[in-house]
Amino acid sequence: MGKIIPALRRAFPYTVPVLIGYLFIGLAFGVMFAEQGYSVLWAILMSTVVYAGSGQYLAVNFFVPGMSLVQAVFLTVMVNIRHVFYGLSLVERFNRFDWKRWYLIFGMTDETYSLICTTDVPEDVDEETFLLSITFLNQVYWIVGTIIGSVAATVIPFNSEGIEFAMTALFLVLFVEMWMRRSNRFPELLGALAAVVCLLIFGTDGFVLPTMILVMAVLLISRRRLDGGHGDGEGVDDGA
Amino acid sequence: MIAVVAVATFATRAASFIAFPKGKEIPPTVSYIGRVLTPAIIGMLVVYCLKSTEALAYPYGIPELVSCVVVVALHVWKRNILLSIGVGTVLYMFLIQFVFV
Repeated sequence: MGKIIPALRRAFPYTVPVLIGYLFIGLAFGVMFAEQGYSVLWAILMSTVVYAGSGQYLAVNFFVPGMSLVQAVFLTVMVNIRHVFYGLSLVERFNRFDWKRWYLIFGMTDETYSLICTTDVPEDVDEETFLLSITFLNQVYWIVGTIIGSVAATVIPFNSEGIEFAMTALFLVLFVEMWMRRSNRFPELLGALAAVVCLLIFGTDGFVLPTMILVMAVLLISRRRLDGGHGDGEGVDDGA
Repeated sequence: MIAVVAVATFATRAASFIAFPKGKEIPPTVSYIGRVLTPAIIGMLVVYCLKSTEALAYPYGIPELVSCVVVVALHVWKRNILLSIGVGTVLYMFLIQFVFV
């Protein structure tokens, strides 16, 4: 228990961008959910047990007559399909941890995943506790945002339009941080280019899965070039 | 319904960990993919965030473009995460609320 508070304290600075972003995106979800007639308790339940940005936005539309459970499962899996690939890139790292890793897996949102992959764990904290702290803090921000949104939707004191750009900026910054390591550049450009191409072909609603498949295919084909010779273990944990 | 959404969401996140449980040898191909996939995903996420940008109609994605350039330039220059994100976000909000209304 004694090591949790220091780990939370060390993790906090890394999570501040997510704090800002999640408060407002969570808030927007709270507003939408409240407009559907659901009380704050339902919103809290949703953000606690589902905990997914785009998944929860989508799910707001599920609470209507005629929506089947099969349909809900299908749509949820499609909107979250990228997380399968996130898991793939963390399986080796997380499998060193004990049962608590299931919370890390549960809480693997885009933002948490990106922070976990790009942050150097400080020397003086336990890696697992540190990662758990990041995941936990992010979820707290999300839940708090949801609560504010569903109880105080109408009294937001200023025009927050555009605040969601904080998340775009976070990913851009992580992109730049990763760019500093040469071996990351090809996959980074590949991911961005593949996404643009697939976005143009498949449109905003269906481009993520084709992008991931394209990326995987190119990465597998170019394995000999990319994998050759660099023996620095985890090639992704620099930056931040 | 909430339970169904929760389980479906968790399933996507847990799929890889169920396929490769603890103690099972991870094939070198998967291990390689794990190393190179993260930068590719971050690249995709940048595009994902910008996917709804209006490029062909007013304001032609100018607020996004300007803000992104500022974030990258500021970050290369100062390498301060909070500064880059803070300035970029405030600039974007200013642009869409007051300049490109």
